[in-house]
Amino acid sequence: MGELRLMKGNEAVAEAAIRAGCDGYFGYPITPQSEVMEYLMAEKPFERTGMVVLQAESEVAAINMLYGGAGTGKMVMTSSSSPGISLMQEGISYMAGAELPALIVNIVRGGPGLGTIQPSQADYFQAVKGGGHGDYKMLVLAPASVQEMCDHVKLGFDKAYQYRTPVMILSDGAIGQMMEKVVLFDQIPRRTDAEVIEQCPWASNGRPATRDHNIITSLDLDPAGQERVNLKLQAKYKLMEQNEVLYEEIQCEDAEYLFVAFGLSARICQKAIDLARAKGIKVGLFRPITLFPFPVIEVSNVGNHVKGILVVEMNAGQMIEDVKLSVGCKVKIEHFGRFGGIIPSPDEVVRALEQQIIGG
Amino acid sequence: MTEEIIIAGFGGQGVLSMGKILAYSGVMQNKEVSWMPSYGPEMRGGTANVTVIISDERISSPILNAFDTAIILNQQSMDKFEKSVKPGGLLIYDPNGLTRFPERTDINIYSIEAADEAARQGLSKIFNMVVLGGFLKLKPLVAPEFIHKGLQKSLPARHHALIPENEKAIEIGKGLLKPVHVLA
Amino acid sequence: MEDKFAKTEIHKPENIVYKKSDLMVDRPLSYCPGCGHGTAHRMLMEVLEEMNIQDKTIGVSPVGCSVLAYDFLNIDMLGAAHGRAPALATAIKRLWPDHFVFTYQGDGDLAAIGTAETIHACNRGENITIIFINNGIYGMTGGQMAPTTLPGMRSSTSPYGRDVPTMGHPLKITELVAQLPGVYYVTRQSVHTPNNVRKTKKAMRKAFELQKENRGVCFIEIVSNCNSGWKMTPVQSNKWMEENMFPFYQLGDIKVDGKLIEKKETVE
Repeated sequence: MGELRLMKGNEAVAEAAIRAGCDGYFGYPITPQSEVMEYLMAEKPFERTGMVVLQAESEVAAINMLYGGAGTGKMVMTSSSSPGISLMQEGISYMAGAELPALIVNIVRGGPGLGTIQPSQADYFQAVKGGGHGDYKMLVLAPASVQEMCDHVKLGFDKAYQYRTPVMILSDGAIGQMMEKVVLFDQIPRRTDAEVIEQCPWASNGRPATRDHNIITSLDLDPAGQERVNLKLQAKYKLMEQNEVLYEEIQCEDAEYLFVAFGLSARICQKAIDLARAKGIKVGLFRPITLFPFPVIEVSNVGNHVKGILVVEMNAGQMIEDVKLSVGCKVKIEHFGRFGGIIPSPDEVVRALEQQIIGG
Repeated sequence: MTEEIIIAGFGGQGVLSMGKILAYSGVMQNKEVSWMPSYGPEMRGGTANVTVIISDERISSPILNAFDTAIILNQQSMDKFEKSVKPGGLLIYDPNGLTRFPERTDINIYSIEAADEAARQGLSKIFNMVVLGGFLKLKPLVAPEFIHKGLQKSLPARHHALIPENEKAIEIGKGLLKPVHVLA
Repeated sequence: MEDKFAKTEIHKPENIVYKKSDLMVDRPLSYCPGCGHGTAHRMLMEVLEEMNIQDKTIGVSPVGCSVLAYDFLNIDMLGAAHGRAPALATAIKRLWPDHFVFTYQGDGDLAAIGTAETIHACNRGENITIIFINNGIYGMTGGQMAPTTLPGMRSSTSPYGRDVPTMGHPLKITELVAQLPGVYYVTRQSVHTPNNVRKTKKAMRKAFELQKENRGVCFIEIVSNCNSGWKMTPVQSNKWMEENMFPFYQLGDIKVDGKLIEKKETVE
């Protein structure tokens, strides 16, 4: 078993990045995720593993540092919170277009605009539907515990390189700030320059005489060429849909009703299940772990065997669209959400189930 | 076993660190734990609170609306959280600075004059450990040896010399409880 | 006659008087005839070839006329988002400290949209070389006003000439970055005459030699023409550049060995 610690979600992300063999972190302070860079700077990974940590002049610079680092094959990441992630959208689109692997962590806070520093899930659409310009997707992971914050960093890097794509961890201020028990995985050595060069033959890291020059770009002025790029990206997303769906079912076997929720909302729903079952209401939980690819078939399989579904989100109703598209219209599907940084409590989730689904 | 606790008071009273030491001690005893702070501007001088859950099972929601135990260290927190204690649950408060005392009759209530006693013994900085001692007396969730390990893990190495003092404060707290309302 | 000018005859080593650098991809440049970009590209590649560092060099191209620089330079390159080349270069150099890293940027890219990245990369003293082509106009998008457009100068978005009270002053960003302690070598050159081309090449060589010594940012501005954007012939544009651009953007070293060069007089 790995090392046992009590950590904040943000700290777990930082420690996991070091241990995953990350080569560089580039970020800009914003609440509620500043602990990521603070932890890294205090931990001095530049001495532990040789990892670079740099405080950029803006989120715009940070994401373009990622683009530069990823374009040379190095394992790079950033973290930010909603307004900062909005600033990064141009860069993320470029990275998707240039097929660059990188990890982007969004510790979501309430919006729109400067909003609040309290937790929210209102960036679901932005994360899952593209966010920036052009037809692209990111693989989006939604951890629901500090342990998963740690584990998803490693998983995220693995998938980023497997598919040559930016990967996003979509978390929220509560999971970033809360502490839980974490079992840390053992240190994975950073790849040597020679290993990077060997593993990333596409990367621009100095042209040896033996090969043509590599070009990292998202530009193709020829529409036919750009269409080929798009088709390649879409084929990649199709593969992700076939192979990378992750989800969890909790007490679904005998469920007459179903909560669908991700991240922190899913944790709240677990407590709501206990409260509801104590009242004799047989309810289960379906938790998508990957938000893209969305567990379309899996949620449909469970959802079509219950009397009603309550989608619980800390937003005004975003994932519910994907649930409706997946499950279809035979089952009643309603949304319950709080926004602006308010976290729904387990008892109000039960009330919503009773009023909107069972009594409604 | 699952114990759901809210610790609430002023920023600077050591509310968050008391929760952290309790949670870390739980980790050392191989329990599942969660530590969920209220965070944001209110931490700087205003009210601060933290939800700590210690359990033998996987913890569901880190956000709760009802608690097994409320540890309350100022008036605002009393007004906010007295009603959140589950029937049959426990409320511990320090009367220092309070103007309205708990009124519920369906829960166990103890007072602990931790602030005064800590000041008398020159332990004001770790008054929170005195309070923790009172809680552990009533709910011995974590064995003293794991509290020791929790302190080692929670405190930076430069403060490890203060661990015996912290443990002394905990012991003092165990003797300071006064029953206010105890269920039959 | 035919035999005398046969390719095989011309290609004999004893008959070669000039040869394009092998680091230039053998394809026609996309730049307008008379533009300075091609010469600047060539000098840059000659320097890398002479230093034999092409396998250790990573270049970053901008958005602007030289957006496709990576198609012509036979070294590993990354195309940056508009203005962000110094951010890319920062990360690349930090992650590959024994490599040579340069950005190649125009005035809109470096001195307008990318001002923050330029200033901060310079202020951090990144060990990179910045090649800054200043032609006072947005060439690629069709001749709009740039941050470096001269007062009174016409462009498609200042059709009656740059009106300073409403459109602001031209930005001497090169003098600005020279003030920063992270910047070690700053010079302003041109590529419009053989003599100036030689000086530019020498400056580039110096910059890459200094990068080897981790001295901080080396910043080379090349004042260039844009005959298409300026609506002139190449010859006219070079003359106009000498008469109008050079008095404002004076050629020569601005900072050497980390020390600012004292200027007797600056023409405003």
